[in-house]
Formats: sequence, C-alpha cells, structure tokens
Amino acid sequence: MGELKQGWRVFFTGVGGQGTLLATRVLGEAAVLADVQVVVSEIHGMAQRGGVVESAVLLGALRSPTIADGEADILMGFEPLETIRALRKCSERSLVISSTSPIVPFTVASGRARYPEVADMMGTVARRVARLIAFDARALARHAGAELAINTVLLGTLMRHGNLPFGRDVVERAIRLRTKGSVLDVNLKAFELGYEVE
Amino acid sequence: MHELLTDEAGSKRLLLGNEAIVRGALEAGVAFATTYPGTPSSEIGDTFYRISQETDLYFEYSVNEKVALETAAAAAVSGVRTMCSMKHVGLNVAADALVSLAYVGVKGGMVVVSADDPSLHSSQNEQDNRYYARLSGMPLLEPADAQEAYAMTRFAFELSEAYRIPVLLRTTTRVNHSRGAVELGALQARIPRGVFEKDPFNLVLVPMVGRKLHLELLKKMEKLQGEANISPFNKRSGAGTWGVMTSGVSANYVLDAAQELGLGDQIQILKLGMTYPFPDALMGDFLEGVDRVLVVEELEPFLEERLKVVAQERRLGVEIAGKGLLPRAFEFDPAQVRAAMARFFHLEYQPPRVEGGPELPPRPPNLCAGCPHRATYYAVKQAIGDQALFPTDIGCYTLGLLPPLQIADFVICMGSSVSSAGGFSKVQDRPVVAFIGDSTFFHSGITGLINAVQNRHNFTLVILDNGTTAMTGHQPHPGVELTSKGWQAPRVSLEAVVRGCGVERVVTVQPLQVKKTIERVKEVVTDDRDRGVKVIISKAPCPLFERRLTGKEQKVVFQVCEDCDMCRRCLNELGCPAFRYWEDTASGGSITIDEMLCSGCAVCSQICHAVKAKKKGGVLTTDVPRGVT
Repeated sequence: MGELKQGWRVFFTGVGGQGTLLATRVLGEAAVLADVQVVVSEIHGMAQRGGVVESAVLLGALRSPTIADGEADILMGFEPLETIRALRKCSERSLVISSTSPIVPFTVASGRARYPEVADMMGTVARRVARLIAFDARALARHAGAELAINTVLLGTLMRHGNLPFGRDVVERAIRLRTKGSVLDVNLKAFELGYEVE
Repeated sequence: MHELLTDEAGSKRLLLGNEAIVRGALEAGVAFATTYPGTPSSEIGDTFYRISQETDLYFEYSVNEKVALETAAAAAVSGVRTMCSMKHVGLNVAADALVSLAYVGVKGGMVVVSADDPSLHSSQNEQDNRYYARLSGMPLLEPADAQEAYAMTRFAFELSEAYRIPVLLRTTTRVNHSRGAVELGALQARIPRGVFEKDPFNLVLVPMVGRKLHLELLKKMEKLQGEANISPFNKRSGAGTWGVMTSGVSANYVLDAAQELGLGDQIQILKLGMTYPFPDALMGDFLEGVDRVLVVEELEPFLEERLKVVAQERRLGVEIAGKGLLPRAFEFDPAQVRAAMARFFHLEYQPPRVEGGPELPPRPPNLCAGCPHRATYYAVKQAIGDQALFPTDIGCYTLGLLPPLQIADFVICMGSSVSSAGGFSKVQDRPVVAFIGDSTFFHSGITGLINAVQNRHNFTLVILDNGTTAMTGHQPHPGVELTSKGWQAPRVSLEAVVRGCGVERVVTVQPLQVKKTIERVKEVVTDDRDRGVKVIISKAPCPLFERRLTGKEQKVVFQVCEDCDMCRRCLNELGCPAFRYWEDTASGGSITIDEMLCSGCAVCSQICHAVKAKKKGGVLTTDVPRGVT
C-alpha cells in the first residue's frame, strides 16, 4: 500500500525572467492537444523580482496541483544552483534535466555568499537521482538565436528523455500556437537543439 | 479578439484558474467588473480590462477594494450582473460594505471573489476568508480546480440572482494560479444598462430597515441551506465505513491519496463545493453512514467544527479528526494529506524519503536594476542614517527590508505606513520617516495623512511615486501620467491631494539625482523648527513600465573603471543587482557591472568616481545618461 499513483510529476525551477512559466504553459497546452489530463501550477508575485520561480506540471490521472518533496518524477532545472536547491523534490527514481550555466544570485553578486562550483553541484545531483542530463542550455539557446529560448531548449530535451504520454510533434504544435514570426523560428530551432541532447 | 471571447462551446481549453473565473462570468452575462489588484487575484482584473477594451463590458481598477465593492454594489442593485475581485486581505478593506450589502441584497447577480493565499506566497497573512461568508451571511463556493472555478462562477451568478444576494467565491493560490483543461459553454449577451427602482425602505440601511432586512437575510440563509444540501457541487462518493470530508483544493489531494492508499471500497468521501450555509443535512447523513471521519481542509477548521456540531445535534459518537492530524498553517501537499489519511485509518504507509541538501546561497527577490526606490532609500540613508524609524508599506518597495538597504521597521497592511508613523511620533523621540507607494497612497494613505495633519503628528512621509502599481503588474491608479497613449496630465494630482490634505511642506525630488535628493531630504527631515507632517514626493517612473510603454531605447550602460579602489560601497550601500563582485585572493577581487542588467539610471556613477558611462555595446562616452538632466 502507498504506491504513488501513475502519472508524470514534472517540477520546474529557475530564476525570474527565464521563462519557466511559459515552458510549463506550453507543456500544459500540448497535453490538452493530446487529450492527456493535466494540471499546471505556478507561483507568481514576489518571485518575479529576480527570485526563484517554481512551477509544476502533473500529467495523467493526477488531480493534485503540487508535488511533495521526494515525489517528482522529473526535475527541470533552468539554472544549476536552483536545480540543486530543488533536489529535495527528487528521489533515487527521478530524472533531472539541468542547464549548467549559472545566474548568480544577488547574495553572491554582492560578495555576501559564494556560488558553489557547478561541477560539484551536478555531481551531488547525479549521485542522488536515477539520471542527470546536464548541459549548457543557455549556449544552445544563444545558438538558436536568442538566450531567452532556454525554456524551449529544455522542453526539447524533456520531450526526448522524459518518456511523456505524448510526442514532440504535439509540443511543436503548442509552440506554434503560442509564438509567431521570427520568434517562432528561433523557438523551433531551440526545441530541435534541445531534443538532440543525448 | 481576446481568447476568452471566442465562442467554441464544447471545446476544451487550458485556462488559468483566474481566466476560468472570467470565462464563467462571461458565460453568465457579466457586464460590470471592478477590482483592486492583488496576488493571487490580479489576472481576473487584468483579463477583464483587456476584454473591456473590445466589448461593452464595463471594467475599472478601483482605488481600493471597498470602493470596488461599493461601485459594483450599485450596478448589481440596478440589476446589472457584476463581479468584484480582490485578494483575501483586500476583503478586510471591503468588509464594511460586504457585511451590510448582504442585508440589502442585489438584483443583478453579483459575485465577490476572494483569492486567499495559504502559505503567504505573496501576502502579509494567510487568513481564511470563508469566515466572511459566515460573518456576513453570504453563500460560499470553494472551487477545487480551474474547471470548477469556471463552473462555480457560472452557478454563482444564477444563485445570486435567484436569491438576490451576493455570493462569495473563495479561491486559494493553487486554484487561481493553476492551469487545467476547462470545457467551455456558450457565451451570453451582456446587459450593461440597469434600472434602479427607488425603494428606500429596502435600500437605505438605517436601523429600522436593517432590523427588517436582517430577519429577511436569516430567512434567505435558511432557504440557501436547502440549496447547499442538494448542490451538485457537494458530492458524496465511495463506500465503506471510513469517511473523509473535504473542500476546495484539498479535495484533489484526498482523491489522489484515496487511490494511492488503495482505499477504493473502504472510504466514503464528502467533497464540498458549496460550503456555506453549511449543508447540515448532508453532513449529518454522511455521519450516519461512517464510523470515523477525517476532515481535510487548509487553514482553519471551518468545516471540521461544524461537523462536530452536527454530530452533537444528531447525538452521534462518530470520531471526527482534522486539525490534530493536519496543520492549521500553510497549504497542503499530496504527501502530507496521504500521511494524515494513512495515520487516521491505521494504514501502513511509507512516506517519501527526503534528503537534506547542502547549504546554498539564498536567492531573495530584489528591487530591479535602475529601480528609483533604491535611489530614494539610498538618499534617505545618506541624509539621516539609521537613527530614524522607518514605517513602510506594501508594494515592490517593501523589498527595502532586505540587505543592504534594510530600511523597513514596521508594516502590517496597506496604508499603515502613514497612520503608524503618526503613532510612533507620539510615543518615542526618534525621527520618523515613513514610505508609501503612489498606488498604495491612493488606496489607503490619504485618510491617514489627513488624520496626521489634524492631530499634529510629527513625521516625514516619502511617497515613492513610480507612476504605476508595479508590484502586481503595472495596473493604473488615479495619479498615472504615463499611459499606453503616451504621457498625460494625471486625473488626480498627487501633490494637489497632499496639499489638499493640509500638508504645508511638500517637496518633490527626482531620486535619480542623488546629491540633490540627499540635500533636500536632509533639509526636510532635520528641520526642527518645522514640526508636523512633511511630505517628500520622490518621483521617477518604474523603468520596466516606462520601457514597456514608451519602447524607449537605452543608450548608455555603466561600467566600473580601473581606478576602482574596492571600497565596496556600491555593494554594501546600494545593492544594485547589476553589480557583481569577483573573488580573487591575490588581487583582492574586482567589481563589474553586468551590461545586460544595467538600466542606465546613473545612480551608481553619482556615488562612485570609478563608475563611468559608455554607449550600450560601445566604448566609454560622456553622454548624459537617461533620467538625469
């Protein structure tokens, strides 16, 4: 007794301005297109002033809008320090997809704290979860044409490795519905680059 | 056309809880909507605003929640379908109107949305506003998700109009800010004009009218209790002798946990959506069929205590638990509810293993680069140091609390800066300098200021005028000058209001001019001959807002030059997030400015000789930076 219900609990974390909320929204819209039950929950407010932004996407027969500590199937980290901060959400069964390019918090920038070594942080994460896919998503986004497309890069990687109940084509459709013009091209490129990450 | 205005009945759409509420209201024919923005309710008003730009729906950002509710009440009494939305603490501001409006009732359907914030994600407290339904005598609906937020809003309008009473739709952050699939229904035509029928002996709430209306309200509540007992939003499911009663967002956790714990045929769940008037008969029948009941609800034991009353009235010895097993503070998560159910029903259960992590540098929110509030705070600190007492208020500028500025000593609610400053000045000797934002001043600072003038309080009030309601997403207020149509004269001049309140010494400063601002602040605050209330209006637009509306391109950024002597004053006194300290034990470290973050406000260059302007993306320049003339 006490087995977690089948479903996909995907926890997103990042820094204000990185577009985590747009990523969760696109994923949620893809789920609706694929007729998969979905709940997306976001925290707005103070978090947007350069603070941590967390959101969650729950797919499958789940009704709960939040993910308890230790119960995320997948953790999407948009920034390495925030990935390790959210590690409490993971278990030894979790998949973690994380960008490795740091955004230093104000406490570090002002010399009141030290930013941990990225390699050390990723090492800790790798030891604690089933699988870690860590790469410089910001560089890939830049390569696609805009640093802001980091969210789409990471969505691409999620669609490759997340084993979600719908395919990349549905997410691409959701991206097309959300974005237009040259921004769309950048996003589709970013998605492709993220998808290619092994 | 706005996404929520496309008809597409029967289609499924991923909607934010707040959007689902708006869609439900539109399908119910809402024609009049008011709000004062506040997280987690803001998107309701913002969505209505956009819809009002392309339809005949009337929408306003009111000056505060009380005004919003009273304005909406007039429309509803005239037969117009009306929605008034606010955050939970906003309902405290509106409570005077709310409680008496329940007596008078409405003619057009009226739904009041109270967006509560368990866990205080962005609020000063986590009060449980379900008690307002009980206090005032209003039907209460508690949606669990976006689909229910939509459906209950539609239903709330029907219920309100049928019983001629305003209905309280009480949501929580995890409903307002969750997205879920919503199956749309058909839109309904709005009737934006009302008819007011004079009826003073039912609408003018003097004691003799109030006495009569209170009795009528009690009769209405009795009938509404019948509605609650048969409401399709109050669902009983499952079988067996164990029971769980739940409502709102908690119901999701209960339904998931019942499956995860394999309780399918052992448990009955009473999921309540219309929770007030309490569905006593339904609760009683539920109790008759079970041996023990766990009540799962966030925050206060609102339903639990009622269930115990019902059990007593029916003389039932059913074991009822709730707050002993689940906390009274903060929102729930799935594991917490699962563990409580396992414990109450004596099931074996292994909670998830949670490992602690290493200690990490915190990432607190911060005033943006180029925020004029930082410049004002810096100037006040330079002018008078830490000796003064700094009552503050609610908005972005509350972040002045954090290091390195640390210039906030007291805040309890919107407007408290002004009134508490007066109180402090009467009981202690330190100088008092209070801070309030422009939108908050219009919201609830004016009465405090008048009071201070009348009672000869002695303090300086700094109005941080950034020309918008920045914290909640740049909503307008009466004093705005920058609009989507460009710069305009304000409808209400802040300075004229301050003078009109009787303040004689009013000084306006441009905080991005650092030296001048420090001088003026020192002059005003330390002038002992001039006791009483003095006001400094510190006026500079929110740079995010200005950039978004004017599309103005930033020409310069700042950089730290070689003659930096590492005094660290920029880091320790200003704390702009564009600055970055680089550790290096050999050289003693260095400081740089991130060109991507720098907004070109020029404040740092006025306090440090080593900071110089350069063209954005270019080389050093002597151009006069933006914001400084």
